[in-house]
Amino acid sequence: MSHSVQIKSLDLQFGAVKVLKNLNLDIHEGEFLVLLGSSGCGKSTLLNCIAGLLEPTDGQIWIKGKNVTWAEPSERGIGMVFQSYALYPQMTVKGNLSFGLKNAKVPKAEIDKRVARAAEVLQIEALLDRKPGALSGGQRQRVAIGRALVRDVDVFLFDEPLSNLDAKLRADLRVELKRLHNQLENTMIYVTHDQVEAMTLADRIAIMKGGNIMQLGTPDEIYNRPQNIYVADFIGSPSMNFIEGQYSNGVFSKGELSLPMTGYEYVAPKTADRGATIGIRPEHVITGELVSGAPVKVEVDVDIVEPMGSDTLVWAHLAGKPFRIRMDGSARVSAKERLTIGIDPSRASLFDTKTENRL
Amino acid sequence: MTDAMSGPRGAKPKKALSRNNIIVYGTLFVVAIYYALPLYVMIVTSLKGMPEIRMGNIFAPPMEVTFQPWVKAWAEACTGINCDGLSRGFWNSVRILIPSVVISISVASVTGYVLSMWKFKGSEVFFSMLMIGAFIPYQVMLYPIVILLREAGLYGSLSGLVLVHLAFGMPINTLLFRNYFASIPEELFKAARVDGAGFWAIFVKIVMPMSLPIFVVSMIIQVTGIWNDFLFGVTYISSPDRYPMTVQLNNIVNSVQGVKEYNVNMAATLLTGLVPLVIYFASGKLFVRGIAAGAVKG
Ligand SMILES: Nc1ncnc2c1ncn2[C@@H]1O[C@H](COP(=O)(O)OP(=O)(O)OP(=O)(O)O)[C@@H](O)[C@H]1O
Ligand SMILES: [Mg+2]
Repeated sequence: MSHSVQIKSLDLQFGAVKVLKNLNLDIHEGEFLVLLGSSGCGKSTLLNCIAGLLEPTDGQIWIKGKNVTWAEPSERGIGMVFQSYALYPQMTVKGNLSFGLKNAKVPKAEIDKRVARAAEVLQIEALLDRKPGALSGGQRQRVAIGRALVRDVDVFLFDEPLSNLDAKLRADLRVELKRLHNQLENTMIYVTHDQVEAMTLADRIAIMKGGNIMQLGTPDEIYNRPQNIYVADFIGSPSMNFIEGQYSNGVFSKGELSLPMTGYEYVAPKTADRGATIGIRPEHVITGELVSGAPVKVEVDVDIVEPMGSDTLVWAHLAGKPFRIRMDGSARVSAKERLTIGIDPSRASLFDTKTENRL
Repeated sequence: MTDAMSGPRGAKPKKALSRNNIIVYGTLFVVAIYYALPLYVMIVTSLKGMPEIRMGNIFAPPMEVTFQPWVKAWAEACTGINCDGLSRGFWNSVRILIPSVVISISVASVTGYVLSMWKFKGSEVFFSMLMIGAFIPYQVMLYPIVILLREAGLYGSLSGLVLVHLAFGMPINTLLFRNYFASIPEELFKAARVDGAGFWAIFVKIVMPMSLPIFVVSMIIQVTGIWNDFLFGVTYISSPDRYPMTVQLNNIVNSVQGVKEYNVNMAATLLTGLVPLVIYFASGKLFVRGIAAGAVKG
């Protein structure tokens, strides 16, 4: 696979504050890459660097095999869609779409053709003569995408494009974005702090924290094989249960709890004994009739039951720690009950307590 | 059981003549009269002949309307050796006003644009220095500027005065533009850069069309300030030939020779105030909008 965007040892400082720290990232041609992370971790900053709107302190940015570190935003073959849409208020939709092309001195006939095509793809043909003020949020966002679309760019950059929309519209536009990506096959880099958007849209997700990438992988890898406790905790709702204990001879133990890690895929072929933390997703806990076939069975004390319709969240205690269990919505559990659950070590995650990295 | 729809319903009725309303409108009325009366006296006096004025009733409307005082004020009144009325001062003021306003708005708007959107190393320091300039009292600089202008060979000339107006208008206008432009969302500016617009294209095609009100506000402040200026006019212009209109008005009104022609004085004063008045009326609406306008919505 060829490279589309490559970020090499990128550093960025605002005054004395280091916002990006020796960041490396390779993005493939045609890939949908999502940058996911909590607020303030540097996602927008990284995106602005790729766009050329911020100058890095050190490092390089390559796009399509060209070093564009010093290139102007318009010379990089990128289009950007902003959270606030950033449409030019005094221009019509058509004016907004054609502004970039006019600056690039594209002939008028060609501009009309490209605007018409983009309007068709985004279904905004009827809105071309309106001003942005007379559009709904969803329509504005479509125009903003159109502005990148008409310029025939190699790379689309999105900075939380859906976060100003209501939940229903967000879900609709998410699907549309996915369709658009399938249709255009451009590289797309998409910033969000919404896990659902990240999991549904991404070919690969980069989880960021404090200006570093904590893990880069497919949604499946990120979800099932988190490389460190931060990623494991960040992804999933309700979040993963963690129990700190000891790992020795292929068995994780904490107090009377003892879990032989049979079937667990270790990162390193031989794993030495050490202090370890096990992570178990609430939805990976085996309950109901399936418990009898589970590799490991344990008993927990139920504290609180939260029925949520499609499923039921049970708050319990295991090895003296709060432990969340996601059960089927039809399950009948009551507080103060003693419940037998099953755990499948092959679906759990094991971390070194000190380094917080996956074992 | 009572009828569900009885009792208060729909819009709450408002009393037209409540005690509060009477107090508010009464006060407004009195204040309005207080402001309008002098203007009324000036207008009627300027339309009377001298014999009628000597009768002493300043509030009475003219028995016989005459425009002679206006003609005299504009074209015949004497100051010193020149007897061509205020027209000379008017054209002097126009020649001072136009370059001062055009240049100061152009320079201040571009400076404000740079200070809000193209920040460079030290731009904050530069801005602070400019602001300090705004707070130094004029009087402190009055004489040093005389020396500077004399050294530059511009003392007493209209261009020297224009230069002074430019310098003194710069801080406040730059502040005005910078703050207005700062309310334009940063992402709009970024989007324009991604779209390949450069420094001037962004200013002319994105920023200016969004900022018409602030240009109007700045223009009004400059026009009225420069037109009404008296201090700089007397200080930096040495010859009566080149006095701006305000200085000439003062000379006409305060001339000690002969009888005091109140009607001519009133007409001259009204003529001098006409330019700011026209500007206010023509752009009042935009002025209010510019001052009230906060963030620019997308
Ligand atoms: N111009 C600036 N000057 C100084 N610090 C800045 C500047 N811009 C951003 N920062 C800091 O850099 C860090 C990263 O900011 P960034 O906008 O990239 O976060 P983000 O991951 O996009 O967050 P969010 O999800 O809230 O948008 C933050 O701690 C922020 O305070
Ligand atoms: Mg951000």
